[in-house]
Amino acid sequence: MAEHSYTSRRELDQYTFHPAVTLLTPLVLVLLQAVLPKVWPRLVILDLPLIGVIFFAIARRNPIAGTLTGTTIGLFQDGLTNLPFGINGIAKSIIGYLAASIGFTVDVENVINRMALNFGFSLLQSGTIYGIMRWLLADPTVRLHPLYELLRALCNTVVAVPLFFLLDRFKVRE
Amino acid sequence: MLIVVVMAQIIALAVQVQRPVAGTSTDAIDQGKTMLLRRWTVAIVTPFERLLHGSGSTVRHLWSSYGDLRHTHERNQALQQEVARLRQEQASLAEDAAQGRRLQALLNFKEQYITKTVAAQVIGTSGTDRSHTLWIDKGSADGLKPEQAVITPDGVVGKLRDVFPHTSQLLLLSDSTSGAGVVLESTRMRGIVRGTANGQVQINNLTADDRIKPGEKVLTSGGDQVFPRGLAIGVIESIAPDPQHQPYTAITVKPTANLTRLEEVLVITGTDSKLPADAKQDVEAAEATAEENRRAADVIAEKLPSLHESSSQADDKAPDAAEPGKPAPDLTKAKSGPVRTQPAIHPDRYSPGTVAPAKDLKPGEVAAPPQQPKESR
Repeated sequence: MAEHSYTSRRELDQYTFHPAVTLLTPLVLVLLQAVLPKVWPRLVILDLPLIGVIFFAIARRNPIAGTLTGTTIGLFQDGLTNLPFGINGIAKSIIGYLAASIGFTVDVENVINRMALNFGFSLLQSGTIYGIMRWLLADPTVRLHPLYELLRALCNTVVAVPLFFLLDRFKVRE
Repeated sequence: MLIVVVMAQIIALAVQVQRPVAGTSTDAIDQGKTMLLRRWTVAIVTPFERLLHGSGSTVRHLWSSYGDLRHTHERNQALQQEVARLRQEQASLAEDAAQGRRLQALLNFKEQYITKTVAAQVIGTSGTDRSHTLWIDKGSADGLKPEQAVITPDGVVGKLRDVFPHTSQLLLLSDSTSGAGVVLESTRMRGIVRGTANGQVQINNLTADDRIKPGEKVLTSGGDQVFPRGLAIGVIESIAPDPQHQPYTAITVKPTANLTRLEEVLVITGTDSKLPADAKQDVEAAEATAEENRRAADVIAEKLPSLHESSSQADDKAPDAAEPGKPAPDLTKAKSGPVRTQPAIHPDRYSPGTVAPAKDLKPGEVAAPPQQPKESR
């Protein structure tokens, strides 16, 4: 008689990463984010660290790990700006948590789902940052440009799909 | 977990942006509380940025060296011609500059000359379009300090914000937290140029005025104690009513320096009220050339009186040509000597000849306003 084990889908699809990958990938993404706009200023529209947060969150499927990953990468990103610490930190914490939670319910290996997740989370991040700057920091000069933010989300999605496939190679099943 | 993390960050945000206590700026609070975090981030990221910048520079240098070698001869000839032209131009301007300095001395005006600069290379950006800052490869070890002005040969770029031992953060003019005192070149109106949230550079503390027109140059006024007076900021691009700050206008300025493609910048580390030694030598050389030109013009005038007469006639006609709507005469064709300034169209108390000699002036006496010249029809 065949043996049946009670392994949930969550356990089946949970992945871990080598510590070097966990440390170096966000660092490389933040570094590229800082250097690429110097080569081609229009690339400032991208948010490579955000793609990293989404990837690690949906791969680990652990909301706590997702939140902490988002916070760390976000604060690290804030350190390179002249903005107060916490703007990217808060936005990416929320996204890390939500991405890890959504990872349970949808097939994150599917390209369409990955595109939808990246597009949606990019828009969510733009809205969150606008809210933080407009209301928490009470900066009346901040404006939300819907078309520009849609374009940003589209660009992030285009870059995220191949980047996800590249990062998939570093996944280790638990 | 999420709530705890987010709340902690909101509290951290509130601490960073709390209203400054009297006598301290927001920057001072921010620097005190978050400098350490920023220092760690910079310490992790900038070594890699330097490495990437260094390897990229080597490749670019090799390629540009090859390109330069191919066009060296032509470029050399063109540069020699330009040097000759600039020497003539410098000589013709030397006298006016000397007159300007004499007037400034009379008015007890304190001019600030740039005496010391440190060249730095841009190694990275903030990585977001919400923060218009750059990272440069020089820091406090090279004599840099916060609030020092940063320029390029094209014009003002911004000022230093955070300075670390070997790296500094450059706050661009286009950032919403930056500002500089400016003066409009022709109208002499003073304002403050600021960055906007979408990366534009605007003057928004001037009311609507017909004299402000697109194309006018915007210079630093020196009033902010950061940027020396007279540096180019940009050119007025557009003027529109500012709906949020009525009755002020939003004057958009196009910076003369390309803020999105900066490779090398100069940080002004020293200014002085005296002319630097190098500049003094240049001025002396220019004045000597001007004197030689004058002598040569006198010799020609003596030997060829007819040329002198035609030159005088051209001088007499010059004020007519200065009328609005008429093109300016080509002075280089009319005169063999150095180019001289035309009489002022609207003379004021600084115009040459409108004020009595110093020996005739009495203390406390109010000078008579200058008379407008009669228009010649």
